[in-house]
Amino acid sequence: MEFPRLLAFPLNYMPLPAIERATGMLFRRVLKKHPDLFERLGEHKTKRFAFLPSDLPLAFTVEPAALSIRVTRKPAIPSPVDASVEGPLFLLLSLLEGRCDADALFFSRDLSVTGDMEAMLAMRNALDGADIDLPRDLSTLAGPLAPFFGRVAQDIRRRALTDETSPWN
Amino acid sequence: MELICPAGTPAAFREAVDAGANAVYCGFRDETNARNFPGLNFSRDELREAIAYARRHGTQTFVALNTFMRAGDEEIWYRAAADAVALKADALILADFGLMAHVAEHYPQQRLHVSVQASASNVDAINFLVDAFHAKRVVLPRTLTIADIARIAPQIRCEIEVFVFGGLCVMAEGRCSLSSYATGKSPNMNGVCSPASHVRYRQEGKELVSELGDYTINRFPAGEAAGYPTLCKGRFDIADSPAYAFEDPVSLDVMSEIDALSAAGVSALKIEGRQRGKAYVAEVVSTLKKALSASPAQRTALLTRLRGLSEGQKTTSGAYEKRWR
Repeated sequence: MEFPRLLAFPLNYMPLPAIERATGMLFRRVLKKHPDLFERLGEHKTKRFAFLPSDLPLAFTVEPAALSIRVTRKPAIPSPVDASVEGPLFLLLSLLEGRCDADALFFSRDLSVTGDMEAMLAMRNALDGADIDLPRDLSTLAGPLAPFFGRVAQDIRRRALTDETSPWN
Repeated sequence: MELICPAGTPAAFREAVDAGANAVYCGFRDETNARNFPGLNFSRDELREAIAYARRHGTQTFVALNTFMRAGDEEIWYRAAADAVALKADALILADFGLMAHVAEHYPQQRLHVSVQASASNVDAINFLVDAFHAKRVVLPRTLTIADIARIAPQIRCEIEVFVFGGLCVMAEGRCSLSSYATGKSPNMNGVCSPASHVRYRQEGKELVSELGDYTINRFPAGEAAGYPTLCKGRFDIADSPAYAFEDPVSLDVMSEIDALSAAGVSALKIEGRQRGKAYVAEVVSTLKKALSASPAQRTALLTRLRGLSEGQKTTSGAYEKRWR
């Protein structure tokens, strides 16, 4: 499932610092819940990884060693990037949670990868080895409304992934 | 028959156990196993926790130490064997005769399985390993037909395990030097076939080009399912046209033949894929578990669902049914 264009369109005009601040807050929350997330990267921890949602006008660059995430408007990417992966947003998020198999998505050409394959493979394995659950991990940011946001996020995830997994699930 | 399932991370290990694996096989995070990929495999502490988790659920844990020892560095493999024994692994999967001898001598109570990497493919070879090192099980190479297995089974003195689903290695395993030829690294010595450090993908127009070292392995037109960048599944210029010289990008699926395999004397079915994600492990293990107790008609429907997860999105029965002979 592609991210709705109607929702993606305003991202072209929203101030980048605001988007980056929000993304950074979510990124730090995930790291707080999974402090060993990048431990499996080993020597690749110092590299830069670009995540390019094909249905958003934004690019996300992660530097594990600095525990940082940067957001840019496409086609700009902070250079140099060691490895990048491109695909629909919901598929990238499903990889983050290990809910879809990256090799299968690569075989079906839903994902494309370029650059340092060893670094990207290490990142894939690091994410897959973690027990990330975005609705569970992030909903606590909503304070007393956490259960509500958690349920809504789970519902969105279920709908988004139904299309991707229906051939075998 | 037992279902032997892969795990490259503790998360995948738990998925395999939860999905009903009879045994899970895994390796340490170093060159002692044939899936020495970046970010994959288990630390000693992770393996301790995984074995405890498996035991609570009645599942066995097999530890693969199935690369060949490097002369002068044997201690790396000896230490891995000692640690796996100390952690109470249910079996060690070994390929190197020297390591088998070491384990048989120092840990005579430890159950020893012969890895597919040992390429033990005939009665004499297998019985030698049983007699010399007390091997209890052999994982047969994916180069034998079901008829070959049926001929071997009554003449050997150990259990038989065969690969039934997942990546298909079409060469004589443990002997193949294609990856080594192209990159200097091999699954046999370094635990990596077509290592990611030597792989490049690039988009050329609408084609996805895969390269391994200095070799172009394939050019996938838009819309065509892609495969791993291994030489054995490369598309090369043969005479005047591009074609697959050895094998297409395709995965093994011989689950439709499990009744024949059982009749041939196979006692354990193995799923390839320690390098795959936990989603793959969960889906494949649970589906194959259901297929084991399903009728042949139901089995076909169940297995069709897995094709989308396979390399090239295609499956083959490989050498188990050599119709072209």
